[in-house]
Amino acid sequence: MTALQHVKLGTYYVVHLPEADDFDFWRERARSLVQCDVPPDRIAWVEPGGSGDLFAHGERRMPVPPMDAKPVRANRRFVSLARNAILHSDPERFALLYRLLWRLQSNPRMMEDKADLDVRRVEELDKNVRRDSHKMHAFVRFRLVEIEDEEVGEHYVAWFEPEHHILRANAGFFMRRFSNMRWSILTPRGSLHWDTETMSEGPPAERHDAPGGDPMEDLWRSYYASIFNPARLKIGAMLKEMPKKYWKNMPEAALIPDLIAGAQGREAKMVEKGALEFEERPDTLAAIDKAIHACRKCPIGQLDNHAVMGEGPQDAALMIVGEQPGDQEDQMGRPFVGPAGQLLDAHLEKVGIDRRAAYVTNAVKHFKYVQRGKRRLHQNPGAKEIDTCRWWIESERAIVKPKLVLAMGASAARGLLGKTVSISKVRGAPIPLEDGSELWVTAHPSYLLRLDGSAREEQARLFDADLAAVRERLEELA
Amino acid sequence: MAEQTVLQKLEILADAAKYDASCASSGTAKKNSLGGKGIGSTEGMGICHAYAPDGRCISLLKILLTNHCVFDCHYCVNRKSSNVARARFTPQEVVDLTLAFYRRNYIEGLFLSSGIVKSSNHTMEQIVEVARILREEHDFRGYIHLKTIPEADPEIVHQAGLYADRVSINVELPTDSGLTRLAPDKDARQIEGAMGKVKADLVEAKDARKRFKHAPRFAPAGQSTQMIVGADAATDADIVGKASRLYDNFRLRRVYYSAFSPIPDASAVLPLKRPPLIREHRLYQSDWLMRFYGYKPSDVMQATEADGNLPLDIDPKLAWALKFREAFPVDVNRASKEQLLRVPGLGVKAVGKILASRRHRNLRLDDVALLTQSITKVRPFICAVDWRPITLTDRADLRSLLAPKSEQLELFAA
Repeated sequence: MTALQHVKLGTYYVVHLPEADDFDFWRERARSLVQCDVPPDRIAWVEPGGSGDLFAHGERRMPVPPMDAKPVRANRRFVSLARNAILHSDPERFALLYRLLWRLQSNPRMMEDKADLDVRRVEELDKNVRRDSHKMHAFVRFRLVEIEDEEVGEHYVAWFEPEHHILRANAGFFMRRFSNMRWSILTPRGSLHWDTETMSEGPPAERHDAPGGDPMEDLWRSYYASIFNPARLKIGAMLKEMPKKYWKNMPEAALIPDLIAGAQGREAKMVEKGALEFEERPDTLAAIDKAIHACRKCPIGQLDNHAVMGEGPQDAALMIVGEQPGDQEDQMGRPFVGPAGQLLDAHLEKVGIDRRAAYVTNAVKHFKYVQRGKRRLHQNPGAKEIDTCRWWIESERAIVKPKLVLAMGASAARGLLGKTVSISKVRGAPIPLEDGSELWVTAHPSYLLRLDGSAREEQARLFDADLAAVRERLEELA
Repeated sequence: MAEQTVLQKLEILADAAKYDASCASSGTAKKNSLGGKGIGSTEGMGICHAYAPDGRCISLLKILLTNHCVFDCHYCVNRKSSNVARARFTPQEVVDLTLAFYRRNYIEGLFLSSGIVKSSNHTMEQIVEVARILREEHDFRGYIHLKTIPEADPEIVHQAGLYADRVSINVELPTDSGLTRLAPDKDARQIEGAMGKVKADLVEAKDARKRFKHAPRFAPAGQSTQMIVGADAATDADIVGKASRLYDNFRLRRVYYSAFSPIPDASAVLPLKRPPLIREHRLYQSDWLMRFYGYKPSDVMQATEADGNLPLDIDPKLAWALKFREAFPVDVNRASKEQLLRVPGLGVKAVGKILASRRHRNLRLDDVALLTQSITKVRPFICAVDWRPITLTDRADLRSLLAPKSEQLELFAA
């Protein structure tokens, strides 16, 4: 036992560290003490500001390791853990690390034993420190200080309160990130200053040393409030990653209570505005009829008019869809009974389609008009109104299950496809629908009514040709 | 109309961007501003600079260049027929905002997307212009994620990849029929074609860098995509299948899921109840199982219930274990890593610790308890020196024993 020649038996050693985060100093002392075989319970480690008086009678002189002392063994895993764990604010950390180093000498693979209490503790310290560092990278908030001197330019200053001794260890991160920016980070444990070329350290600071605000924070707060989705409140998830202790130095955190309080109201308003809350799909035509009479989901439903339900056999192979009821349809409560309906009937008869065998309905269920004296003038429905009403036409399709749908006019086509198409481009050929049926698109008969002379003849010919193609296709499908 | 202020535009265009789930800033090439003229660094790990009360991380300035759009996708708040307030940033305004936020350490960088104005090419050029000014004029070295537009000229998309850390193209909906119905202007083949092109560019750039040290990088953080969950009839099995095909075919870094949420001025073609948020969570869990736990898509599909959806009350790993009880109990002192990874309640880290510790001691139940979050969940599925779950794995009511006590899943359920 050569080492004992250098160590007074029963001596209690006291090691004063110059800095709370000085790993190299700790490593130097710990190496000597291990080489001199000083057991962990004979050493007190005292950091600056720590209670060193308790050990006033301890031995401050370090023992000198013997010439033939064995080298101290520590694997890389231990060194990297220790380097980080020493930044922790736990005053016991130096002793814990020494105990581990001591035990490593006889059991070199001890660090792998994750069930060992000392190993677990050092990993916990390491984890806490890494988290604190990570939160520092995330939550430091710089504020701009304008400096009169043109030469110096802008200076960004942050106030931050880390839990552990991590300031110096993280200087590099901020230097690499903001290398061409003058910045300072002030903390209660010390401060860092970077002038785009050199890093300097300063004494501990107080909150009022840092600037109180920055005009850019208004924009940042408004971004924070806008990017938040009130429809998915998850307060616990937020608190887990951004505990309240950090809030006081983050300009956006002041908004949180109001955002949470307002969330429910905002979501309800969004839903109401979006008229999103449809009930279950009605499963009979009678139920649809009843429901459309009560429908006020778009502005058309709020005019002085009546809903007009489709009519025809519930198992019709052909569904004919128009745009919306007109003045006469609205009064009689039936589709296609006005001038356009009469024209449609004539053309259907001409090509040999039996209207009574078809289910005839409209893309929009209510009559949209503007009042001009005593007359109600037809207005085209808007895209949004057609989309809103699509719910009903889809419900009808789900029940009737036609093999072929004939949409007359751009509004009807939108009601089926969800997008606006050009009639001249899509007419004359089938468009597959997702339920396996097919859609044919043609002009609306009221379009023919508005034309004269040769233009009308031409369009009537095209209309007949479309109807004839539909009839042929129906025969193929039958 | 009076000119909008930057603040007003920011409110509109951030609000419009919040339905994009991704805010990741991780996994890109390491870079910093030392020796440069500007600011910015990326060091591998992403940083979340704030968390909103919706629990989501705020890492990037996530905004749209404009929310004007010529498309009419029904689930989207910015579709042509929607009645929302519109705004438009100039590229320079986005650049100024990004740098001002970055200097104050609010963000890791920029996630820029846009509605389609004029044409797909014009829009894509504007997006690329923002990235160009940031990178070339300001030597910005922070993170940039650009949303690319599948209909745009591949050459412009390629430019985007040269400036950006990550590019993404949204597949939007898990099924083609859903896309046809809800996004009538989009085309599934075009979207996948564009993803294929980006993949080819990624592979080529990586290859070039092996041979030439200074070959330009192309989107070093790869490409990702997003799917909306609950807006169409797709089941979880459909979604998982689609995601795994996307991972395989296009080497995606991530598939993001976004539970369809009510949007202002919604289209009535979405007459749906909001899917519970937990469904999105279960899909992410299954994504994790496939990426880190060695589950195959078919394994996850086996964990779904009769309706093709993952159970909401228990996680997919537990669901799988309950269906395949013959695979348990697993001996923590002998089982392979693959077997241990299948034990409900054991994460990748815990498995690593078990494998390391058991070289030093025969693990008892108490030892395992020290290495895991909750031993109660793990216990029925493992054997240790002093533990053998004799009856537990055969009990019919195991599921109810292990399922978390019923919580209020939907926050605003009526």
